[in-house]
Amino acid sequence: MLNSVKKFLVTLLRVLILVGVGYTILAPVIGMAVNSIASTEDLYNPMMFLFPKYPTWEKYALVIKRMGYFATMARDLLYTVSLTAIQVFVCSMVGYGFARFNFKFKGLLFAGVVLMITIPAHTIMLPLYMTFKSFDPFGIVTALKGTPGVMGTVVPMFLMTILGCGVRSGLYIYIFNQFFRGLPKEIEEAAFVDGAGVWYTYFRIMLVNAMPAVITVAVFSLVWQFNDTFYAKLFLISENVVISKKISSLAGVLSNQDKILNVSIQQQHVNAGILLVVLPILILYLILQKRFIEGVERSGIVG
Amino acid sequence: MKKKKKLTLLQKRSLKGYLFILPWLIGFAFFYIRSLVMTVQFSFSKLDVLPGAGGYTLKNVGFDNFIYAFRVHGSFKQTLTSSVGNMLIDVPLIIFFSLFMAMMLNKKFKGRGIVRAIFFLPVILNSEALKAAISLGETMMNGGVATQAAEVGEASGTVLAFDIDYLINMFINFGLPVKIISYITTAVQRINDIISASGVQIIIFIAALQSITPSMYEVAKIEGATAYETFWKVTFPMVMPHIITNVVYTIVDNFAGSKVVDLAYTTAFGEFNYGLSAVFSLASTLVTLLILALIVRLIQKRTFYYN
Repeated sequence: MLNSVKKFLVTLLRVLILVGVGYTILAPVIGMAVNSIASTEDLYNPMMFLFPKYPTWEKYALVIKRMGYFATMARDLLYTVSLTAIQVFVCSMVGYGFARFNFKFKGLLFAGVVLMITIPAHTIMLPLYMTFKSFDPFGIVTALKGTPGVMGTVVPMFLMTILGCGVRSGLYIYIFNQFFRGLPKEIEEAAFVDGAGVWYTYFRIMLVNAMPAVITVAVFSLVWQFNDTFYAKLFLISENVVISKKISSLAGVLSNQDKILNVSIQQQHVNAGILLVVLPILILYLILQKRFIEGVERSGIVG
Repeated sequence: MKKKKKLTLLQKRSLKGYLFILPWLIGFAFFYIRSLVMTVQFSFSKLDVLPGAGGYTLKNVGFDNFIYAFRVHGSFKQTLTSSVGNMLIDVPLIIFFSLFMAMMLNKKFKGRGIVRAIFFLPVILNSEALKAAISLGETMMNGGVATQAAEVGEASGTVLAFDIDYLINMFINFGLPVKIISYITTAVQRINDIISASGVQIIIFIAALQSITPSMYEVAKIEGATAYETFWKVTFPMVMPHIITNVVYTIVDNFAGSKVVDLAYTTAFGEFNYGLSAVFSLASTLVTLLILALIVRLIQKRTFYYN
């Protein structure tokens, strides 16, 4: 009897804590959603709680129009997804190289990967800015564009990602390295005996086996690339490609073009914009989340 | 061709290893090593950008930038100390909170999938552009959705948030040390920050808890250990190595979003004082790395490695 009471109390406590923390996380999102669909009558009604009496989608309609939502989001998703694909490809390759081959200075080079994880990006932002501002290897850029420098384009981001130095690449290399080290060596030996080359083994056998790690890195990379504003700001990447940049200018656009000067109503539109921006990535996460968390559990991210 | 044949199998493999890491090696040398050297160089120089898409000129000014940053500049030292201070407050809280949450989420219960999905949500919403807007939600935390709606409605009739100052005064009157109380109250005020910064750490800890062999718990149970003892003697030592991973991640992540970074950014691209910005970046990075090294060393001494 006493035992079952204790059990009940423990369960109750756990439910309380989980609900409380869950609420803390969800409250801003719920608040934004409610706020963004509330009509002006609801906005000024102090009795309004969670359920607006006259919900309206007109804020969304205006924000979609002003942000050029669908076109911009399509460009942003293309940009993010292609960078993610490159991240997965390059980082898995490098991680595999570190996990399975022995070469000189391996320890020292791997210390470089750890250094990449620990050094904040702002330490190298100035040289990167200066480099890409007058970037012109063998006069290629001048030949294509007329002037040297690749600022304001997506070239710097792609270049860095292809060379394994994109947004948090160090972490991804580390995750892949950890995962490949955990896979049994016998798989590769069997492949080798059967006459498979190194590249074939890597692409057709190891990468397939590393699916949990691939999903983990893909989700991380997708989310962080999508949310990244540091590099987007540094390389002056256009807001027509990085949609989250449009949020910061949304209030200004609204007051200029639509003469919406009331701060509360502006905020409603901004809330609608934010929800629109996170929506695709949220849907993607909800689809992938089950496999993602399983993937983290299995991929030995923890080392 | 002749030369190639002389390579042993091992040498061939090591060459292929270099091939695998080659893209990263080039990138690392070009973007990191070269940039670090350049940042150091910038910090000792006055940098003038040439107009157009041209390059820049450097003029060596010795330690001027450093002296300016630490002796003259109005807010750098304050910003640095407050950033580091916030970090030192946040890191232990984040680590313990995420360990606690991971242990809760690791147990099997109904709706676990949904709860886990919710807990990772802050990582998705954690973008700079969105943060500013979400900070509105933080005011809401004091009184739930209703007060926020009321606040937006510019009507201050309903006050759902109860008086926190009253409670704080009560505890001070009890004679509890003010320092402890202020630590706890700052922690409570930052609960939103802490929760939203814990997403990745919770996942890492869940993974760590999964990797503990169940037989350990069986042994503890047979020997008659209480849940409390099991935690301190089995769970905690086993997740200790992952605490280091999490501490490193938390410090780096926390630092990347701190005020010093903003300061370095605005100094460079708002005031065009590139040399000074380089000093800010370098100094703050060195401080962080030092703290990182100290903390990791401290934990590592107490860490038990199973393998």
